[in-house]
Amino acid sequence: MLNKSLISINDYSKEECIKVLDLAEEFEKEPIQNLLNGRVVATLFFEPSTRTRLSFESAVSRLGGQIIGFTDSSSSSVQKGESLKDTICTVANYSDMIVMRHPIEGSARYASEVSKVPVVNAGDGANQHPTQTLLDLYSIRKTQGTLDNLNIFMVGDLKYGRTVHSLLMAMSQFNVNFFFISPDELKMPNEYKLHLKNLGIDYHEQTDFSDIIPEADIIYMTRVQKERFSDPIEYEKTKNAYVLRNNMLEKTRENLKILHPLPRVTEINSDVDSNEKAYYFTQALNGVYTRQAIISLILGLKK
Amino acid sequence: MLKNQKTLKVSAIKSGTVIDHIPAKNLFKVIAILGLNNIDNPITFGANLESGKLGFKAIIKISDKFFVDEEINRIAMAAPEAKLNIIRDYKVVEKKIVEVPENIEGIVKCVNPKCVTNNEEVKQKFTVVAKKDVSLKCRYCEKITDQEHMVYI
Repeated sequence: MLNKSLISINDYSKEECIKVLDLAEEFEKEPIQNLLNGRVVATLFFEPSTRTRLSFESAVSRLGGQIIGFTDSSSSSVQKGESLKDTICTVANYSDMIVMRHPIEGSARYASEVSKVPVVNAGDGANQHPTQTLLDLYSIRKTQGTLDNLNIFMVGDLKYGRTVHSLLMAMSQFNVNFFFISPDELKMPNEYKLHLKNLGIDYHEQTDFSDIIPEADIIYMTRVQKERFSDPIEYEKTKNAYVLRNNMLEKTRENLKILHPLPRVTEINSDVDSNEKAYYFTQALNGVYTRQAIISLILGLKK
Repeated sequence: MLKNQKTLKVSAIKSGTVIDHIPAKNLFKVIAILGLNNIDNPITFGANLESGKLGFKAIIKISDKFFVDEEINRIAMAAPEAKLNIIRDYKVVEKKIVEVPENIEGIVKCVNPKCVTNNEEVKQKFTVVAKKDVSLKCRYCEKITDQEHMVYI
């Protein structure tokens, strides 16, 4: 993992993923470690993001490193028409690692080819967001004590949801049961179902989950966006079926945790927030430990 | 019989390359990929010929033109089962088959308009994920470009 860019969750083997999670656990116990003393991490956010950028910057700060970068491309030379390659090659001179988010898909992979320092993808359009997947894995393992023999419910927009696709790919390395709950228009794409079939992993598809919710160990909620529907009437009819409310959690398992990549809009009612099964804010905190682990492994500060 | 002989006479070439077993619908794609529309050599082609294997096939005969393997493999996406006969003095002196490579660079555009290869000066790179009905996975955006959506550069 030393000096290796992290662009796609598929870049890490199962063992490498577990190594990140183990190290993140260490950082959770001792978050302030002056490992990055004198090192510079560039955070290049060509499109705005709150959680991801702040959590990366918090991770670097807690490791004693310095941050340079920009928070949207209007404050960089991109505005003057500079190519991505030129921006990356220049910034690589000033930093030990580049963390980037960009709306164009594949931009992070390309950046890793032209950069002399390792690149960490913090989201390239609808394509990949591997550090989110690793923090999701961390949150699941931490709350369940294992990544095996779990019933994972994925709810909402499973067609376009980047986070659920990456999480599915990562979790498919373990022995899990998937439950896909979505409107017909936003079902899990066939390529992912085929991937599970080839691995002999069980999955179930439903449009409603009120009757099976007592089986869940993890509920991973995503946002159902109006603009994804070709028929607005269909959206109005289905939107409420994918909203989680506190009274739906009455007969659920003790160990159940509710995850959400955030930002949340209406898909988790705010009355769920005070339920101890709501985990999404702690999940966001776990992002800091996970990113501390990723940065330290890539820069060779931890083994 | 006489008619057949006449046909043969017209289409036989003294020296050059015959590309056979091209799927009929992809004839013009193959012509474009090989740049045959920009050369001065005599070219004859037949389209929508009956073929047991492909349903309908196309065939191209190019006089005094010989291809290197790299050029030949460029047509793999459009004609993965094509066969080439190298003709010298009216005789087939060599037969070649198209090999679908593991990876391809350039040749085809990525189907995803939001892909970096369609937005910056980046050469297309793909892994071939299916060799029969060729489909390609973009190294950058990880989207699949299938036969139906292939646009040749």
